[in-house]
Amino acid sequence: MTLHEYHQSGDRILHGWRFPVLNLAHAHFIFKMAAVQGGLVDAVEEKDIKTEPSNDSGGNNNAGEARLLSPSPGSSASAGSAKSTTGAPEDQSTLLAVLQFLKKNKLTESVDILRREAGLPEDVLDSKGTDSSGAGSGAAADSADAAGGDASSLLSRVTGSSSAPAPAPTKAPGEDQPDVNVVLSAYSQQGDPALYGVYYNGLKRFIESVLDCHRAELSQLFYPLFVHMYLELVYNNHENEARFSGDQECYYADDLRVLSSLTKKEHMRGNETLLDFRTSKFVLRISRDSYQLLKRHLQERQNNQIWNIIQEHLYIDIFDGMPRSKSQIDAMSGSLAGEAKREANKAKVYYGLLKEPEIELPLDDEDEEAENEEGKPKKKKPKKDSMGSKSKKQDPNAPSQTRIPLPELKDSDKLDKIMYMKEATKRIRLAPDNLPSICFYSFLNAYQGLTAVDFTDDSSLIAGGFADSTVRVWSVTPKKLRKVKSAADLNLIDKESDDVLERIMDEKTASESKILYGHSGPVYGISFSPDRNYLLSSSEDGTIRLWSLQTFTCLVGYKGHNYPVWDTQFSPHGYYFISGGHDRVARLWATDHYQPLRMFSGHLADITCTRFHPNSNYVATGSSDRTIRLWDVLSGNCVRIFTGHKGPIHALAFSPNGKYLASGATDGRVLLWDIGHGLMIGELKGHTDTIYSLKFSRDGEILASGSMDYTVRLWNAMKAYDDLETDDFTATTGHVHLQDNSQELLLGTYMTKSTPVIHLHFTRRNLLLAAGAYNP
Amino acid sequence: MADREERRFAEVSRDSVKLMAESAGLELGDDVAALLAEDVCYRLREAAQSSSQFMRHAKRRKLTVEDFNRALRWSNVEAVCGYGAQDALPFRSVKEGELFFVEDRDINLVELALATNIPKGCAETMVRVNVSYLDGKGNLEPQGTVPSAVQTLSDDLLKYYQQITRAILGDDAHLMKVALLDLQSNSKIAALLPYFVYVISGVKSVSHDLEQLNRLLHMVKSLVQNPYLYLGSYVRSLVSSVMYCILEPLAASINPLNDHWTLRDYAALLLSHIFWTHGDLVSGLYHQILLSLQKVLSDPVRPLCSHYGAVVGLHALGWKAVERVLFPHLPAYWANLQAVLDDYSVSNGQVKADGHKVYGAILVAVERLLKMKALSLSQPAEGGAGGQSGSVVGGLGYRVSSPGLSPPPEPLSEAALGIASHLQAGGAGCPWEEWTPVPLPDMYTELYSFFGDSLAVRFSTGPGFGSYPPFTPAQLGEARKDPPGPASNPETTRKMPQLTANLNISPRQDGSPRTDPPPPSLAATGSGRSLARSSSSSSTSSVQRSKSSSSRSGQRSASLSREVFPKSRFTSPQTGPPAFTFLIGGRQMGRRCQGRRPFQTTFAPTPPLSAVPPRAYAHKLPVIGRVGKPVRRWACSHYSLYLPL
Repeated sequence: MTLHEYHQSGDRILHGWRFPVLNLAHAHFIFKMAAVQGGLVDAVEEKDIKTEPSNDSGGNNNAGEARLLSPSPGSSASAGSAKSTTGAPEDQSTLLAVLQFLKKNKLTESVDILRREAGLPEDVLDSKGTDSSGAGSGAAADSADAAGGDASSLLSRVTGSSSAPAPAPTKAPGEDQPDVNVVLSAYSQQGDPALYGVYYNGLKRFIESVLDCHRAELSQLFYPLFVHMYLELVYNNHENEARFSGDQECYYADDLRVLSSLTKKEHMRGNETLLDFRTSKFVLRISRDSYQLLKRHLQERQNNQIWNIIQEHLYIDIFDGMPRSKSQIDAMSGSLAGEAKREANKAKVYYGLLKEPEIELPLDDEDEEAENEEGKPKKKKPKKDSMGSKSKKQDPNAPSQTRIPLPELKDSDKLDKIMYMKEATKRIRLAPDNLPSICFYSFLNAYQGLTAVDFTDDSSLIAGGFADSTVRVWSVTPKKLRKVKSAADLNLIDKESDDVLERIMDEKTASESKILYGHSGPVYGISFSPDRNYLLSSSEDGTIRLWSLQTFTCLVGYKGHNYPVWDTQFSPHGYYFISGGHDRVARLWATDHYQPLRMFSGHLADITCTRFHPNSNYVATGSSDRTIRLWDVLSGNCVRIFTGHKGPIHALAFSPNGKYLASGATDGRVLLWDIGHGLMIGELKGHTDTIYSLKFSRDGEILASGSMDYTVRLWNAMKAYDDLETDDFTATTGHVHLQDNSQELLLGTYMTKSTPVIHLHFTRRNLLLAAGAYNP
Repeated sequence: MADREERRFAEVSRDSVKLMAESAGLELGDDVAALLAEDVCYRLREAAQSSSQFMRHAKRRKLTVEDFNRALRWSNVEAVCGYGAQDALPFRSVKEGELFFVEDRDINLVELALATNIPKGCAETMVRVNVSYLDGKGNLEPQGTVPSAVQTLSDDLLKYYQQITRAILGDDAHLMKVALLDLQSNSKIAALLPYFVYVISGVKSVSHDLEQLNRLLHMVKSLVQNPYLYLGSYVRSLVSSVMYCILEPLAASINPLNDHWTLRDYAALLLSHIFWTHGDLVSGLYHQILLSLQKVLSDPVRPLCSHYGAVVGLHALGWKAVERVLFPHLPAYWANLQAVLDDYSVSNGQVKADGHKVYGAILVAVERLLKMKALSLSQPAEGGAGGQSGSVVGGLGYRVSSPGLSPPPEPLSEAALGIASHLQAGGAGCPWEEWTPVPLPDMYTELYSFFGDSLAVRFSTGPGFGSYPPFTPAQLGEARKDPPGPASNPETTRKMPQLTANLNISPRQDGSPRTDPPPPSLAATGSGRSLARSSSSSSTSSVQRSKSSSSRSGQRSASLSREVFPKSRFTSPQTGPPAFTFLIGGRQMGRRCQGRRPFQTTFAPTPPLSAVPPRAYAHKLPVIGRVGKPVRRWACSHYSLYLPL
């Protein structure tokens, strides 16, 4: 908005791709403001939608990488941005800013090359310099009267083609500050610090006096405004003025505690959470009426301070229609960066399941005759047919079979599929009046601290990750764990024999459990591969290790995360896996690549849990910033942002049909999400402590949740969907009114023997297995 | 920074920073220290914040030192070493410098290396499965039991178990003592605990054999005293066995020659011991005990010996229990008891003798109720201050005195004292709220109407008790004014300030007055001897024993009046003034404490009145814990009485 702002964006270009995107967001915002003023609403909305995807995806993939690498100013960055020039007017203005910088730094050669590549006329820079300074001063003048000013000139500045003025950096050359300073310097002094409290209280009084229907919506402003004002005061060393008012929503208490401990400018420097709060705009969703009310008030009061903050640091997503109620707002808010923008959840998600591969029947029959004793072929045939016919129908919501390359099925996989189908025919159909039996796997004598558990899909193995850096694998069937013989011994065996697979195993090593040593920190995440040949473990030491369950040795150590890796999971089809940790980036790996294939960045705090969608095309990540994001594996884009949790998310589970997502957090609530529509569809209250595990039953009717409060709870997931099916999913506002029916949905609460439940698993026959460490 | 106070953080003060700098040989200005302090606070909070992430991901509720160190590593700070131990680190203070520090005792490595009780190392981690819920319904196994997989008994353990049980239940008294001692100190018998508990639960099958019951009770005592055992939910089982001995009309009590009364007394003491030391392991235990005692008491069909058990049980649980259960119930019960006592028929002789026992037990209980209540009323505000240190001392005192396993006929008076000191450990923060206590004068009047002079005698014999309440603050001050002993025994002084006063007064005592048997020097004087003997048993048992020899209440009260003070260990050897001041120094223990118990008994010749205010004395006490407030630790719970000799 101001000239100063443009400096910022000019500088930021140097630091990677992320910042041009920010610049866009700013410009976009200005554009919108102006449009609102001028009544050009429709045009604006259209524009919004068009520019938004680039805004979000910009943070991904390469951008994420660029951000992770230390930002290096100079030609590499400019070359990158040159490539990005796709003809959009915004990009062009970005390009101009780069040129300007290069010229300022006497990099004339680069300027020439870049200009040539971009096909810009030679005089473009010179004309810009004068132009923009004029515009800049104009903008500065405008800022006196906040939203006032000539709307059309603002409009033209943003949307104009190559003739549009580019921002002119007027700061002294060599202003090559580190990232942090650039970000924070937006908090330069803008008013009398003593008046901040007055402003804030003035706004508070106003909001308290407005009509009830608007009050709840406008109250959302309190938290972000307060935080930004506080940070601004602290940044400018007015810590005495930075006082605390305790009237924020209770779910922000944790953030405020962090905030209140921060009293010095120096402290802000190392605090990444704050940096993110700054760089990403806090998103509010407010109805048009409420917004107009607010704007009028601020204009009347000449309340520039607040207006500036709203413009610079908040993103107000305006919608037409009824203002939302307090409960509706409360359901969605609570995340570190406000709610998700509507646009963020508009992308199409192919949540359907992939078609099951057709398995040749002869093999099936052979197998049945050969090794199935208790099987009753008559019974199975029709079922298999039904399954076959089901899989033949292509789900309209499913991604195409080849959307992402998936590993070919091996013979052993086919055998396993057959086993799965056999088991499935014996599956108990769960219902509210037919609840599953629960088996509890207690880890005894786990004094070293059990931190993660996983079962294989067929429930034959259980693995535990421990705080003493070990991974232990147990066989829960009578079949002992055996290693493959050493290479020398393998040479001796007859490779032509039928039971070669049996012969390669070393009987002497048979034992009930095996210990895997290799990590140098607590193992926080653990996952079996679907074919039971591999085990993944992620640890505090920043590595993910792939272990062979044939030799019980470590095969690969994947390095990439520099900080603790909180979770990892294999794709349901194997080969790929996802990891996420303290560095706030989720990485998609393939087992045969030592570098990640995708990097998903966008979360503002630690990624605490990661889950693959059943069709392997998407991954969900839950984070300490209290949001859940769904990422497209193919494009690397964030396709869904779910907000509503009030604490770090520690458990995620997809429903077997891929339509729904369940999430559990430290706030003890389970939320259900409809992936296709991007909406919250249920809130399950009952747990009193952090939920560490969630699992849908094999048919998806029952959701089991396990928690630190020593209970397993079963929820009627079917009913949760049904209750909502009638609701208006298609409503433009997309606001779902949730009724508080947790008690009706709760089917049972099952106490353990003072054992926190840290993992849940449904066997193929729908027996519920729970696991935890017994520590009296 | 006016808002500083509102923030709920631990802060490192500027003074602390300066002090730390000084210790490193630096001199810091005020402003520098202030800046540093603020930064240190912030960094600490930051580290605490990130360490909590490690805690959450390790799926724990408890933040460990390791978590914190990992957080430090994130911010490139070196980890702090030496705090990983499981034991709590005691925080001590230096009186002079108002300094606090973590106690860091030297460890004798030689001793450690040659120690015989080498920990075995924990068992292998394993996974066991059990079907917890079938079809979402029901629970097949009872909750709260330790999974049996944890305990795999080695042959050695089995042999040990057999030897021990054989020794304890066998004939050889010496062997039994050795076995009990070992049970009390062996660190490796955790796996055997369920078996021992099972053996003890066999009390019901030997109710005809007093000797066996006694031995089983001693076994309970040894288990309870073993510091290496975590009793957990077995407390409940032990308590029910002990309660059986207290309350049930044992088969052995059919024969009037059997002294089942002593057994009940002993069991009652044991009950209170278990409760005070392990009551926190089972929630609501206190209330359950009270309820069952009350039930027995209010059941007229039960024999008198059961009633007797209930009364001594209540008495052992503290005066509050008496006030709560026995006192309200007394009017109803009195009628029944009166009927028994008034029946002079020959056939009633045995029952009547039993009735007298109950009468005596009630009298003792009620009497202490009155005294303690008076005491608590006179000093309502004081207390708690010395609680924590008191608990430490008490624990020590108990441990020290307990090894001398007292033979069955002599109830563990020392244990009774030790129990008191563990008061704070008593769980089940007794919810007294819903119950309104009867004011003391009313209580006294009512009790007087029952007991008549036999009660009144106790307060009117001494010259100092003309009026009620029996003492005045002046007397207290006088009792308290003895200065703590010279530095002759600094260790004792630190642990137990009131003992030193004793040393002064009775210089011929060697060492602590808590030594169990009365010193030989005392045995020489006749009066001292009688007192000492009575002191060797607990008040309740002494009451009943003395009563058994007397039939008339008047006589009884006279003899009882002496034994009100059974805790006195010695008399002053010189003939001195005829009046002695008894100082039964107990403490109000701990945070959750509701009652108070005598902890240490001393008595001294009444010194002349002097003007030293109690506060002045309190200042001289060595203070453990907060230094800012002078601790008047025993002000609340000692009382003085005149003993007519």
